[in-house]
Amino acid sequence: MTTDVHQLDDGAWISVNDAREVNVSDLWLLARSDFCGCETTDFLAEGFVEVGVDHPDIQARIAGQCIACGASGVTDWLTVGRVVDPDVGEFYGVVPESVHFPAKRTRLARPEE
Amino acid sequence: MPSKVENWKDEVYGNEIRDHLMEFAEQGWEAIPDDEQDAWFERFKWWGLYHQRSGQESYFMMRIGTPNGVIEPGQLEVIGEVAKEYAQGPAENPEFGDAYCDWTTRQSIQLHWIKLEDIPEIFERLESVGLSTQQACGDSWRNIVGCPVAGKDKHEHVDAWPVAQELNETFKGNDDYANLPRKWKVAITGCDEGCGQGDINDLAFEPAEKGGELGFNVRVGGGLSRKEPRLARSLDVWVPPEQAADVAHGMSALFREYGDREDRFNARIKFLVDEWGTEKMRSVLQEEFVDFELPTAGEDMRDQYTYNTGTQAGHNDHVGVTEQPDGNYYVGLNVLVGRMGADDTLELAELADEYGSGEVRLTQRQNVIVTDIAEEDLDEFLAEPLLEDYSPDPSPFMRGSIACTGTEFCSLSIVETKNRQVRYARWLRDNVDLPADHDEFHIHLSGCTASCAQPQIADVSLRGMKTRKDGEPVEALDIGLGGGLGDDPRFADWVAMRVPADEVPGAIKNLVENFKELREERAVPEGQRGRDGEAVERETFRDFVEARDEETLADLVEPEETDYEDPYMHNTKMTWYPYAEDDDMGASPAPTDGQGQPLASDD
Repeated sequence: MTTDVHQLDDGAWISVNDAREVNVSDLWLLARSDFCGCETTDFLAEGFVEVGVDHPDIQARIAGQCIACGASGVTDWLTVGRVVDPDVGEFYGVVPESVHFPAKRTRLARPEE
Repeated sequence: MPSKVENWKDEVYGNEIRDHLMEFAEQGWEAIPDDEQDAWFERFKWWGLYHQRSGQESYFMMRIGTPNGVIEPGQLEVIGEVAKEYAQGPAENPEFGDAYCDWTTRQSIQLHWIKLEDIPEIFERLESVGLSTQQACGDSWRNIVGCPVAGKDKHEHVDAWPVAQELNETFKGNDDYANLPRKWKVAITGCDEGCGQGDINDLAFEPAEKGGELGFNVRVGGGLSRKEPRLARSLDVWVPPEQAADVAHGMSALFREYGDREDRFNARIKFLVDEWGTEKMRSVLQEEFVDFELPTAGEDMRDQYTYNTGTQAGHNDHVGVTEQPDGNYYVGLNVLVGRMGADDTLELAELADEYGSGEVRLTQRQNVIVTDIAEEDLDEFLAEPLLEDYSPDPSPFMRGSIACTGTEFCSLSIVETKNRQVRYARWLRDNVDLPADHDEFHIHLSGCTASCAQPQIADVSLRGMKTRKDGEPVEALDIGLGGGLGDDPRFADWVAMRVPADEVPGAIKNLVENFKELREERAVPEGQRGRDGEAVERETFRDFVEARDEETLADLVEPEETDYEDPYMHNTKMTWYPYAEDDDMGASPAPTDGQGQPLASDD
């Protein structure tokens, strides 16, 4: 079974296998990021712009801003959770307040059809 | 590649959703397969139903579209009854009780805590008096907005109410326009005060004269959402009232054919206007979507606009007592943040019946208007106890307050809004004095960038944010200044960012004090003096902001704690309901069955 990921309600949600799993308005701590000049970015998620799967990771680019310096924009790809076994499909979310490392994408967000 | 939502819409959309909705309602919440919930929730929007946020599963917001905000005699009573009977959730709101109606910024009505199982009965009740939820949300023609006193105002040049009715009848339930790339918001106004707020709509008809005939100029591509606000742009088209529907057909067909169905963030027509420019849009409309020669724009009346302009003259809003052309009066009542308890709604329906024609109208400033009151009944109506809470002459801070739904129910919002704005307005009323020449001061609080409270067009714009206070994350607001509509519309300048929510009232107080101290005077040349003959004119708040740069304005906003207390500083989005005694997400009773009893978890 493939993992189905999409954003919903104007980017308010990431839905994984048709369950609303990740919502906007959390604070995410980003490290080694070029999002802003802060050592770590205290990032408020305002909307999910793109979502994808890089098995087993569920990833997203998120629009929002650093609440320390005010820089706003869209992050590189962030892992928001994992679906370890696609056949079972269970989603394990990451903890937003722990430290995350946004990355440029090297693989396709969706598998080629 | 078409978006996921487009694929769902291809399978089932428009009128046919209703049969499925009724079937699910008959069988109960659990009949919606888990792996189809996203698709069905997206489709249910077309019938005015929006699934509430996390922690409130199985409950829906229901929107009822009332074209031009007109609630006809007999309808308000049913709205109040439906709210009282069906819009009650598992917990009470401390400001508004257990059942209430929201009057929205697009002249519609929203009810919350609606259970799927109750929808057939609710539809039957609403439809028995001609009300409908059809297309109140979703990707199609939304509720048509306009001057709320169309047909009853002395400033009117064209009665736009019959045209709004024609558009509503033509485009509601019309399969040709049922599935558009995105929402389609239309405003039509015939008065010279600009209260249709056409500038922030996808398609706007505004009064204009051409060759001695009154009709409408057409504008396209306005909207406020997503930090991408646009004012509608002139299409250089004039249309007589009897052809407004033809141009509306053409424009919505153009949007249907050329709008972006691959990227929903780029789908609104404002982005197509950005891409094409108005000249190309006009020529495509002419060549492909209308079969008559489009006249060029006529002479508009925008220089007379007063609505939400900060001019402190003319309408600005519809609160207060105004004489109609037929000698009767309409009375605009202030509804703080647009929320009215169900019992109050029922009482208002009775009063409208007793003193007026039974008709009530909704404004884009979340207020209500009782129309058709005879002069001899006016004093008695104004003495009714209900008007102590919904005043026709309220404090400027009460009448100027607008707030969206916020984290109470909405998935997108970042902060609590309605109850907070109620507390702000009361504190400002009790602690801040505006200059005597300012009886209008608009504060719009929106929980996120979707801008449902229209924050960019207020004197003081508030937008949901977060910050840290003593290291802890707290709800905060960005503060913008000086937005408004009129002949020279402008969006607010965002001058103070991430202000902790409990410091915002202090910031507004300091700003007002600084404004009073620093506003400038100018001598008015004799020929330019108004009817009052004043020889000296002082800056209005809006002019004051416009005349200063952002840095200067930022210095005038001095956030500080005061004796204002904010009970919603914590992350209200992480609660199942911000005002519940035990608000922890784990304490949520949702999802529930048709009787409101918790359903067993799948886990």
